[in-house]
Amino acid sequence: MTTTAIEDLLREAAPRVLDALVRRNGRFEECEDAVQEAVLAASVQWPEEGVPDNPRGWLVAVASRRLIDQMRRDHARRERESATATDVVPDVPDTDDTLVLLFLCCHPALTAASQTALTLRAVGGLTTAEIARAFLVPEATMAARISRAKQRIKAAGSSFTLPAGAEREERLRVVLHVLYLIFNEGYTVSAGRELHRTDLAREAIRLARMVHAQLPDDGEVAGLLALMLLTHARRAARTTASGDLVPLDEQDRTQWDRALVDEGTALAAAALAGPSLGPYLLQASIAATHADAATAAETNWAQVHALYLILERIAPNPMVTLNRAIALAETAGPDAGLALLATLDTDDRMAGHHRLLSVRAHLLEKTGDTAAALDHYQRAAKATASLAEQRYLRARAARLRT
Amino acid sequence: MQFLISMIINPSVLDALTDEEKAAIGDGHGALLAALKESGELITTQALVDPSQAAVVSVRNGQPVVTDGPFLEAKEFLGGFYLIDCEDRARAIELAARIPDAAIDGLAVEVRQVMFADGPLNA
Repeated sequence: MTTTAIEDLLREAAPRVLDALVRRNGRFEECEDAVQEAVLAASVQWPEEGVPDNPRGWLVAVASRRLIDQMRRDHARRERESATATDVVPDVPDTDDTLVLLFLCCHPALTAASQTALTLRAVGGLTTAEIARAFLVPEATMAARISRAKQRIKAAGSSFTLPAGAEREERLRVVLHVLYLIFNEGYTVSAGRELHRTDLAREAIRLARMVHAQLPDDGEVAGLLALMLLTHARRAARTTASGDLVPLDEQDRTQWDRALVDEGTALAAAALAGPSLGPYLLQASIAATHADAATAAETNWAQVHALYLILERIAPNPMVTLNRAIALAETAGPDAGLALLATLDTDDRMAGHHRLLSVRAHLLEKTGDTAAALDHYQRAAKATASLAEQRYLRARAARLRT
Repeated sequence: MQFLISMIINPSVLDALTDEEKAAIGDGHGALLAALKESGELITTQALVDPSQAAVVSVRNGQPVVTDGPFLEAKEFLGGFYLIDCEDRARAIELAARIPDAAIDGLAVEVRQVMFADGPLNA
């Protein structure tokens, strides 16, 4: 088996092994450490010695041994009882309780940064070092963050069960938000920030697929997965070879990943036939509308605008209004778009925001007000924290100067 | 999100502090440092020697020229910094407010988001 295949196998097994351990022993915090150690041991041993016949059983055995060792140290026990885990391969329940794990990792007592880190480790099966690399922080920083997160969960007295009713709904929204953040982190990654072994966007899609498999009838889960697939499909087209951003209307759509587009579109369409219409499903529908157009000029902007209008009603947010202004400018002209943008000027969240500046620059350019457009592109370039975006905005400004 | 929290110092203001006040600054930094390490938000922190020890390096006609610093003709200088990774700008500002320098007239603390990073800290 290749190293990559072993890594895939390990990452798929990790949450199930953790689940098995927690069910038997409780103590999420200690179990999570033990599984991490078992996974690390396997990643060293298996490529050399071969994959055991029952990989999951092996992992449970090794992790159990580590856990027992740890508990012994903790309690300073000196008994000579042997860890049965060394000899007996225990039964691993085949039920996949990934959801329970996800709910625990996305505990509301944690910050979003801690939720994402813990999710990637406990459910994604990534090592602390890999997560640290992905988020560009030293391993010690990430280790402290994960350890603090687990202490918080312990202090909150969480049980290893799925919450019920409204709480379950609420917690599921947090889980989806965390997966969305992981995806975005991977999606906005700039050149030179690649992950060594994996890729956060792909990992988020993998986790979203797992949740979708467990909750196939949830429209928002399907919507989020569809949104990720449709967005990920544009990956090759959204930057040039030198890492410059290519805006949606200038992308070479033949480079879009057709299989991902088709899968995402089908998912969104099926979910739209369901009873509920949430923000992720709406965003997926907007992405699907774009994917439907062979060229930017063929975009059904009226439909995009209508979808943003619904999104704005069910989940009001200045960023949504901003995006609706772009669609409105396409259907009713740039002045209509600018008038809608003006309603955002009093919103503190948007004051001096580079997105507001750049969209306004874009619409001013369309009205022919070159001087004002230039000024706004330059201000947007100063306001952004993304180098790629800054290069793009400066290029737009330079185009106006000539 | 990563932020650099710079501590802008004025040596004459620092010199005028009492020993107790200086000790309180040290304790305040110590407590913040411990909290940042525990929360997993600290990347690194560094303090710089007195600005009078600076060397200003310029290259003229391909030849390096070294003069005594500091370069800036100012009363305030960069004294040190915290490089942190935290939730958002609001959290960075909250942390900056816990730096003892922020409570002293004539010293300042400045927060700026990191735009590009490379090197072993990001290995």
